[in-house]
Amino acid sequence: MEKKIRVLVAKPGLDGHDRGAKVIARALRDAGMEVIYTGLRQTPEMIAAAALQEDVDAVGVSILSGAHNTLCPRIVQLLRENGMDDCMVLVGGIVPQEDIPKLKEQGVSEIFLPGTSTEDIVKFLREHVRPRE
Amino acid sequence: MPETKEIASQAQAEVERWEQETLAPALNKRPERKKRFETVSLDEVARLYTPADTEEIDFERDISFPGEFPYTRGIHPTGYRGKLWTMRQFAGFGMPEETNGRFKYLLKQGQTGLSVAYDLPTLMGYDSDSPLSEGEVGKCGVAVSSLADMEILFDGIPLEEVTVSQTINAPASVLLAMYLVVAEKQNADWKRISGTLQNDILKEYIAQKEWIYPIRPAMKLVTDTFEFCTRHVPRYNPISVSGYHIREAGATAIQELAFTLRDGIEYVEWGARAGLDVDEFVPRISFFFNAHNDFFEEIAKYRAARRIWSRVMRERFNAKNPRTLQLRFHTQTAGVSLTVQQPLNNIVRVAIQALAGVLGGTQSLHTDAYDEALALPTDRAALIALRTQQIISEETGAANTIDPLGGSYFVETLTKKMEDGALDYFQKIDAMGGMVEAIEKGFPQREIQESAYQYQKAVERGDQTIVGVNKYQMSEEPAEISTLVIDEAVRDLQVARLEQTRTRRDKGAVANALEKVKKAARDDENTMPATIEAVRAYATLGEICDALRDVYGLYEEPAF
Repeated sequence: MEKKIRVLVAKPGLDGHDRGAKVIARALRDAGMEVIYTGLRQTPEMIAAAALQEDVDAVGVSILSGAHNTLCPRIVQLLRENGMDDCMVLVGGIVPQEDIPKLKEQGVSEIFLPGTSTEDIVKFLREHVRPRE
Repeated sequence: MPETKEIASQAQAEVERWEQETLAPALNKRPERKKRFETVSLDEVARLYTPADTEEIDFERDISFPGEFPYTRGIHPTGYRGKLWTMRQFAGFGMPEETNGRFKYLLKQGQTGLSVAYDLPTLMGYDSDSPLSEGEVGKCGVAVSSLADMEILFDGIPLEEVTVSQTINAPASVLLAMYLVVAEKQNADWKRISGTLQNDILKEYIAQKEWIYPIRPAMKLVTDTFEFCTRHVPRYNPISVSGYHIREAGATAIQELAFTLRDGIEYVEWGARAGLDVDEFVPRISFFFNAHNDFFEEIAKYRAARRIWSRVMRERFNAKNPRTLQLRFHTQTAGVSLTVQQPLNNIVRVAIQALAGVLGGTQSLHTDAYDEALALPTDRAALIALRTQQIISEETGAANTIDPLGGSYFVETLTKKMEDGALDYFQKIDAMGGMVEAIEKGFPQREIQESAYQYQKAVERGDQTIVGVNKYQMSEEPAEISTLVIDEAVRDLQVARLEQTRTRRDKGAVANALEKVKKAARDDENTMPATIEAVRAYATLGEICDALRDVYGLYEEPAF
C-alpha cells in the first residue's frame, strides 16, 4: 500500500489570520493526506522541531504579515540542519511578486498566492512529494 | 386580524396566478441560468419577493421611522441629510513619523476622522526590540512601544478636534492610557475628547486571534476601561464590538451579525455586573461590521442589527435611555474579497460594498485600497479609496433620502431572515451559559471554520464567481501596480529610539509604577489609573503587558 503524504501546516510569526491555514489543512486531509497543524505563533525552531518529530514530507507555511523574508529562509535552513533534505517547504499567503525569486533561491519550493485553488495545492504535493519507504 | 389575513392570502393567490399565467410559459421557453441562486453566504435567494413575503412584518412594530424604536431605518431622524458618515480610513505603517505624515495627508484630502493600524508586535503587547518582533516591526501597521512613539504619532494633530479610532485589543487599556496622556500633554480636556478604542477581546478568541491573557482577566481589563471612560472620558467609545474580523475569518452574514451582537450582550452583562448603569455606559458602546460582496444581504444585515440591538437592550436589560437602544456602527469593506489578480477590479468591488454600508446607514466608513491583497496601501491607492466615498456621498444621490430600500419586499424579508437567524444563535449561545462559555467550547470558532471551508468549496466548484480568479482569468495582467515596501531598517530605528527612552527615564518611577499595575491586577482593582501612571513614566508597552502577564498568565487556544 502506498504511504500517505504527511504535511505539517505551520503558522509562524505573530500573525493570527488562520483562515487559510485551516482551510488548507482540511482540504489536504480530505484529499487523503495526513496533516498536522501547529497552531499559531510558532517560531522557526518550533516548526522545524515539529517537522522532524512528525517526520513530514512537506511543511506548508501560511503567512500574511509581511515577515516571510525573515521567517521562511530560517525554516528551510533549520530543516536542512536537522537532516531533512527532502522535506519541501511551501509558502502560502501575501507575498509580493518581487520577493518570490529570492525565496525560491533560499530553498522554498513553491509560493501560492491568494486565489489559489486547494486542488492545485493537492496536485502540486502529489506531483512533487515522493513518499518515503 | 381577519382582514390582514385575507389580504395576505389574496397576495399569495396573486403570486400563484402570476406563476401559472406569466412565469410558467416564460420558463418553458427559456429555463433560468442556474438551479439555485444564492448569496455570498450561500443562502438561497428566491426569484421574486412580493407582499406575500412581508405579511408577517408590521410597519409600526418592525420598520417604523428613522430615529424611532426599533431603529430599523436608522438612528438619526434626518439620516445623512443632517450629517454625512465619517470618512475614516484605517492607516498605519513603519515608524510613527511615517504614519503621522499619512494622517496629515488624508486629513488634507478631506478625510474627517483618523483610524490607527498598529503593527503585530504592538497588537500582541511586545516592544519593537523583543526577539518575537523580528521581521514584523512596522509591517502590518505602525510600531508603538512607548509614550515617546505615541507623541510622534499625533504630533500636530489636535485630539480635541479630530476623533481617532484605534484598532487595538489585547493591550487596549495601555494604548488608551498612552492616548490620554498625549491628549493631556496637548492640554486637551479628557471630558471633550472623542474617539474609539476597538478593545473587543471576545472576537480575538473567536476570529482575529491576537490575544494575550486568558479570557476572563481580559474581560476584566475591558470592563476597567468602560468604568474609567464613563467617569473620566465620557465622550469616548471604549469599545467597538467587531463583526468585521469574524466575517473575514469566513463567517456568513448571519454568523457575523449573531456573534457580534451576542458579544455586545456579553460586554453589557459584564459592565452591569461591575456595577455600571446600563443607561450610562451602553450608549458609548459602538459596533463595527464588514461590507461584503452581496449587496442586499449586507444592507439587510445592518438594518437587522439595529432592530435586534434595540429590542435586546429593552427586553434583556430594561434600558430606558433612547441612546442605549441605538446601535451605532463603523463599516469597512471586505478585505477578504479583494484579489491579487487584476487588482484594479478591486476599486469597483470596494465602491459597491461601500454603497451597501451607506444604504445600510453606517455612521463611519473605511473603504479598502485596491492594492490591499498585495501589501499595505500606497498614497495613490489610499487616495482613490477616499475619493470613492466622496463620489458616493456627493455624486450618486445615495445620501439624499433616508433608508431608500426600506419597504422593499426583498430587503424587508431579508432583514427579517437575518434577525431570525441571529436570534437562533442567541438561543444556542445562551444555552451554553453565554459567549465566554461558548468560546471556551470552541462553538463560534467551529461554526466559522465550517463556513469558510464551504465557501472555498463553492468557489472551487464555480458556484461562487470571483472575477479574475475562477472566471475571466488573464494569463497576462493588464496593469502592474506598485506597492508599498516597508524598509527593514524600521526595526533598527525603533530599537534605537527605545534604547534612548529607556536610558532617559526615571528607572525608580518605572519600577514603582509597574508594581502598582501588578497590584491593581492582583487585588482586582481598576487597572487604568496605575496603567496611566506607568505610561506617564515611559514604561513601555511590553513592560506593562509583562506585568499583567505575570499576574494573569497567557491564553492557550484549545484544539478544535
